[in-house]
Amino acid sequence: MASHGVVLLNSWVSMFGMRVMIALKEKGVEYEYREENLTDKSQLLLEMNPIHKKIPVLIHNGKPVCESLIIVQYIDEVWNEKYPLLPSDPYQRAQARFWADYVDQKLYGALRKVLFTKGEEQEEAKEFVDVLKVLEGALGEMPYFGGEKFGYVDIALVTFYCWFYAYETLGGLNIEAECPKLIAWAKRCMERESVSKSLADPHKVYDFAVGLRKKFGVD
Amino acid sequence: MSEVKLFRTWSSPYALRIVWALELKGIDYETIFEDLSNKSQLLLQYNPVHKKVPVLVHNGKVISESLVIIEYIEDTWKDTPLLPEDPYERATARFWAKFNDDKLLPSIWQVFVTQGKEQEEAIPVATENLSFIEEDLKGKKFFGGQTIGLVDITIGWMANLISVFIEITGINLIDADKFPLLFGWMQNFSDVPVIKESWPPHDKLVIKFRAIRESYLSADVPK
Repeated sequence: MASHGVVLLNSWVSMFGMRVMIALKEKGVEYEYREENLTDKSQLLLEMNPIHKKIPVLIHNGKPVCESLIIVQYIDEVWNEKYPLLPSDPYQRAQARFWADYVDQKLYGALRKVLFTKGEEQEEAKEFVDVLKVLEGALGEMPYFGGEKFGYVDIALVTFYCWFYAYETLGGLNIEAECPKLIAWAKRCMERESVSKSLADPHKVYDFAVGLRKKFGVD
Repeated sequence: MSEVKLFRTWSSPYALRIVWALELKGIDYETIFEDLSNKSQLLLQYNPVHKKVPVLVHNGKVISESLVIIEYIEDTWKDTPLLPEDPYERATARFWAKFNDDKLLPSIWQVFVTQGKEQEEAIPVATENLSFIEEDLKGKKFFGGQTIGLVDITIGWMANLISVFIEITGINLIDADKFPLLFGWMQNFSDVPVIKESWPPHDKLVIKFRAIRESYLSADVPK
């Protein structure tokens, strides 16, 4: 199947964009990467995602696909000859969708609170560790979410891992102490090239977060 | 022998979309109505993470979150598909369903539960979101094309509740002149027999939602 005509509009720090990168790499899809400056969005981005004006956007044969989990499902359906990202059993698929949705609903908002607040609000924001613990419970004793194979939920969650250093340093947390199994899972995922090549450098992410906090007057 | 149970409330937009999915596919199911002020032990056992309805139980397997449930129904019962076959069209349908849940519904709700300046500010946000989906209806009878699909049943709550909101607040967000396609779609959608047959009673809805609006206005706490 031809894989030319694939463009990804992204921002290097985005855990949502990283999901798409992992999916494309798992499928061996060649694509053109375009870094977007989110303070000065390109005409292309505004045309391809006029409603949300956000990254990531996958442009395939000129047509845009938006929303990271929708893009990952799209990639799985188009490049379906190898490495299925979602299970084939309907109930397992539903479980995968549920947990990926849980990450989006609960984790991102909680993590933003840790990053962009200080003092008392930060204490409350540590509730995000509770969210991580629920996810750790869902992982159970399996090597990956849902079983023996790396897949959809792993992709949805592991991209937050490169942000953990920033959250820990800025939030005064020790995620490994709280969720050792989850960190072990993340390190296991990092052994996959698709993951290690897609995740940003945690120290660079930290510098970026510090810059953002200054910009928004948090520090 | 397949056993399907749906835990839901009688009025929730999220529950109705599941009812419509099951009815459209001709699936036999049992309904268990939940009182959200007094959640059953069974519900809390089935959905410990979110403790919400709707919840679908199929041969003992539990699925929650309405859009996840619909995809499960679609994967399991192949008759009357709710999603197109083409991956790009599927992605587009999923995009609009998510848009409804993340943006459209909350923005209309925000108009409904506010008044004065707050409401004035909420109206253009809702109107802009409505204009986006109006665009998607161009050249189509339903969002799904000739027949109703995922997007129709996800946004279908509007066809049900807009008239209730108008009666309670006097505000009509979907004016026939401003949004002719949406206005027409609401009529077409409501006329589909399976949809019509599961419409919750209008008067009951007015009473319920009037009480909800009043509780928001008196609490004066943004949700």
